[in-house]
This record gives sequence, C-alpha cells and structure tokens, in this order.
Amino acid sequence: MERENKKANIIIFILLAIGAITMIAPLLWMVSTSLKDRASVFSLPPDWIPNPIQFDAYIRLFEMDTLRTGIQNSLIVTLTVTIVGTFTSSMAAFSFAKLRLPFKNLIFLILLAGIMIPYPSIMIPQYVIFSNLGWVNTLLPLIVPGLFGNVIMIFFLRQYLSNIPDSIVEAAKIDGATYFQIYARLIMPAIKPAVAAQFILWFMASWNDYLAPLIYLRSSHRQTLQVVIANLNAQYAIQTDYPLIMAASVISLIPVLTVFIIFQKQIIESVALSAVKG
Amino acid sequence: MFTDQGGLTLENINLNKDEVGVRSTSRKSKLFQSEHRAAFLFIIIPVVGFSLFSIIPGAISIFASLTNWNGLGNMDFVGFSNYTTMFNDTYFWRTLWNTFYLMIGIPIGLVLSFLLAVGLNRRIAGRQVFRVIYYIPVVSSLAAISILWQWAYNGDFGLVNQVLDLFGINGPNWLQNPDTVKPAIIIMSVWKGVGYSMLLYLAAIQSVPRTFYEAAELDGASPLQRFRYITWPMVKPITFFLVITNIIGGSQIFTEINIMTPTGGPMYSSATTVWYLWQQAFSNLRMGYASAIATALGVLIFVITAIQFYINSRSQYKLD
Repeated sequence: MERENKKANIIIFILLAIGAITMIAPLLWMVSTSLKDRASVFSLPPDWIPNPIQFDAYIRLFEMDTLRTGIQNSLIVTLTVTIVGTFTSSMAAFSFAKLRLPFKNLIFLILLAGIMIPYPSIMIPQYVIFSNLGWVNTLLPLIVPGLFGNVIMIFFLRQYLSNIPDSIVEAAKIDGATYFQIYARLIMPAIKPAVAAQFILWFMASWNDYLAPLIYLRSSHRQTLQVVIANLNAQYAIQTDYPLIMAASVISLIPVLTVFIIFQKQIIESVALSAVKG
Repeated sequence: MFTDQGGLTLENINLNKDEVGVRSTSRKSKLFQSEHRAAFLFIIIPVVGFSLFSIIPGAISIFASLTNWNGLGNMDFVGFSNYTTMFNDTYFWRTLWNTFYLMIGIPIGLVLSFLLAVGLNRRIAGRQVFRVIYYIPVVSSLAAISILWQWAYNGDFGLVNQVLDLFGINGPNWLQNPDTVKPAIIIMSVWKGVGYSMLLYLAAIQSVPRTFYEAAELDGASPLQRFRYITWPMVKPITFFLVITNIIGGSQIFTEINIMTPTGGPMYSSATTVWYLWQQAFSNLRMGYASAIATALGVLIFVITAIQFYINSRSQYKLD
C-alpha cells in the first residue's frame, strides 16, 4: 500500500512536471526570441539559447518614445485607479458590513447584480458620453469610473469584515470615535491583508486592461502599454521583426510578474480563500 | 459632529439593549440618524459610480438600439429595424457561432484543472513551485500572451509546430487556416486559464474534512465511490462558480481575437460577437446597430446565467 502510494506520487510528479514545462516553455521562448537577432529567429531547428545573445531589440525599444509614454500612461491609470478606488471601496465595505442603514442589503445586492452587466454592452453609450465631455484621447475615461470603487473588492472586503466582531465597532462608538476614525484606525488595520491582496489583484487587472484603452486612446503617445505593444506587433510583424515584438511583450509582463513573484503567497492565498468563502 | 458623544455613553448602552426589544425612542432615532448619515456617505460614491457608468449607459444602450444613431448626429427612432437587420445578418450569426464554439475550452479547462488539483493535493515534492508556475499565465497580460502565441502558431518557425515536428507531425499554419484557427485559440485560452481554476479546486478539495474520507474508508468505500460521493459534491459549488464566470467571460472574448487575427480570421472564422460589435460601432460608426447587438448579447448572457442558477438550485434540492 505504502509503496504503491509512492509509485503513484512519482507518476503524478512526472505528469505535473510535463504540465509545468508546457506552462513555462512559451514564456521562455518569448525571452529567448527577444535576445536573438532578426535572422537567427528563423534558424531551424530553433536555438533555445540565442547565439550570440544580444540586447539589440531592447535597445531599439527604449529609443522609441511610445514605449516610455506607454509605461508612463499605464502607471498613471493603474496607480490612480487602484489607490483612490481602494479607499472608496473599503469605506463602502465597512458601511455595508458594520453600519446600520435602511435598505443597505438591497442596495448591496443591486450593486452585486450589476457585475453581470458585460462591459461590451455598455461601452458604446459610455464612449459617447465621454466623447461629449471631450475626454476621448485622454486617460480620464479609464481613470474616472475606477475612482468610484470596485464592486468585487467591496464584496470581498465585506466578506472579510464579517469575521470581525461588531462589538469592536460598538465599543469604539461608545468611546466617542467618529465613524471615519473607526474606519481609519480600527477597520483598515484589521482588514489590511485582505485589502492588500485585493489591491494587487486589481492592480494586475488594470495594468492588463486592453479593450477600453483601445477604444479611447487614439494618438500613440497617449496609449497605455498594452495598446502600444499590440500596435508594435501589428506594425513589425509584417517586417518579421520578432525580437522587437517579443522584447516589447517581455517588458509589458515584467511589472505584473514582479508583483506576482513577490506577493505570490498572499495572492494565491487570497484567491483560494475567495473560493472557499464564495 | 460627535463631540458630545462622551455624554451619550449611557444611551448608547441602552440602545444596544433595546435592539432586541422595543424599537425607536426619539433619542435612539437621533443616534440612528447620525449613523445612517455616515453609512450613507460611505456607500454613496460606489452607488453613484454604478448609476453613472453602468445603469445609465445600459438604459441608453437599449434606447439607442431602436435608433439609427451614428454616435454624432441625432438619434432617429427606427423601431425594431436594427433587430431585424441583426436576425438577417449572416455575419452576426457566424460571430455568435464562433463565440460559442470557443467555449469548448471551458469544459476542457475545468477537467484539466480538476485533475491537476487532485494531483497537487497529494504529498508531492515541489507543490508550491508547481502552484506558482501554473499561475504565471493567469497573471500575465492577455495582450502580451496573445502576441506571444501568435508567434508560437507561426506555420514555419513557430514553437508549436517545432514541437509537433519532434513527433513527426507536420503542423498547419494555425491562424491562417479556417479549420485550425478556433482550436488554436481554444488551446491558448486553456493554457492561460487552467492555473486559476486549479487553484480554486485545490482550495476546495483541501477544505474537505479528512474525517469524511476516513469514515468512508471504514465503511469500505472504494476510491471511486469516495470521489463520487465526497469530493465531487464538495467541489460542486466551485464548478458552478467557474462555469458561470467562464461563460460570462467567454461570451465577451475580444483581445485574443483582435490581436491574433486582426481581420477576424480567414473567412471570418475567428470573429466573435464582441469583436463584431466593436467593429460596427467604432470602425463603421453604426452605433445604433452595434447597440442592438450589445443589448442582445447582454440579454443572452443574463438568460444563460439565470438558467444555470435555476438548474443549480434544482439539483441541490435533489441532493437533499
């Protein structure tokens, strides 16, 4: 029995390893291509380790203005939305979880049902509204809606808050704390791990967003990084400049992958937790 | 605002006692009022945002679908003619067919991720490393991943055909061939999404109390029976959640299509509904017609989701 178990584990390990190689190989190949010169991309059979390794594609990329502005625009959108939005979302979550308000559960349910409205179904009127405000080709249509908070984040923080006893809030009220003080000094520290995990997940989703930036941002120096690399792809694929295209993709992946590797434990735990609770 | 709170301590305690008993004395309602005000102020921003950016555009979308709007000039009411156009538009039906075809990846991905989770649930060397590796495609940007796979599907020099070549298979030019472009996109979607489902399944499996299995084993249940009667029912809510979110997400598939097959694929074989409505709205400026497609899509997603909730609630009664 014991031996059989060990044998099974070895077989499963091998299968998992094959799967893991499948997961990681395309990404390694992307890095490898980005370090080749344009001719050696087409050598058969392909070299996994470029010979010679060269950073020519990266050098050419950094000479392009659009890459720099792309990173800049992505950072502006992502950071503004997630920082302000986390603030508004966590306040709302506190209110939904701990404060008394008539119909608050009904309001919460309506917000939650709203997640089901698909973005493509409302993007046309949204576009026309923002274009009437003169916001097309600016970052505002990507930033402003996010500032009002994120229902998914409210949902998870509210869940998390249900583990915190109401008596803490009641006690603080008796001690004369204002509701904002209760939020800032009591609630926020208590839900910090959940806020951090949700913040990171939102950061990555916002960084990777493609459809909305594609609709709103016309001129190349206004575009976010995802749109910039997609345009580079369309432009340079005709010239078969694959090292350049792959280098651009590598650069766009670096920020999220760095965040992921650093916080992988929190991210994986928080995603897993949402499964058990949701 | 709450400077006199210190004096209110006693009343506050009274209030907590009262909660179970009689409601609403005048002092209590005053306290309630201030709490209501704070609670209201804290939730008002998301509520306003939701109304401004979801409800109002949703209503406009339904209205615009009844007009010949081009996004600039006036909206002339045209009745249901956009919808009749849509029903007779073979391109629309093809994109709808393609959208559903691509959802074949959902069951494939769920089975694969469940098996992976069962495997990872065992005591195996490097479990944490596996978890991280399988999750990397999930966090990666879809745009970059699409660009990467477009290159990987290159007929002559792409990674996919190089690997197939090792097994003596002569791979097709994946994205240029109407027969292979959809399978190609399905394979990529499964590759990108499997880590997420796996993680949820793994968490669900680990949350099953060990005693369940021990008891079943004592009763002489076979591994298959234990799977059938313990593991599967315990992960059913996760399966339900994943099916719902995957279908909602899958019906909105756009980025992969637009990057990998910028013209909708050979003979429109990879054009999806969202890609088509995006084209109609922003390239052809047929905003009224695109709004009709958008509304139809929204209704379709809602109906499918509602049906799933209905089936799920019925099958749960059966279990009981």
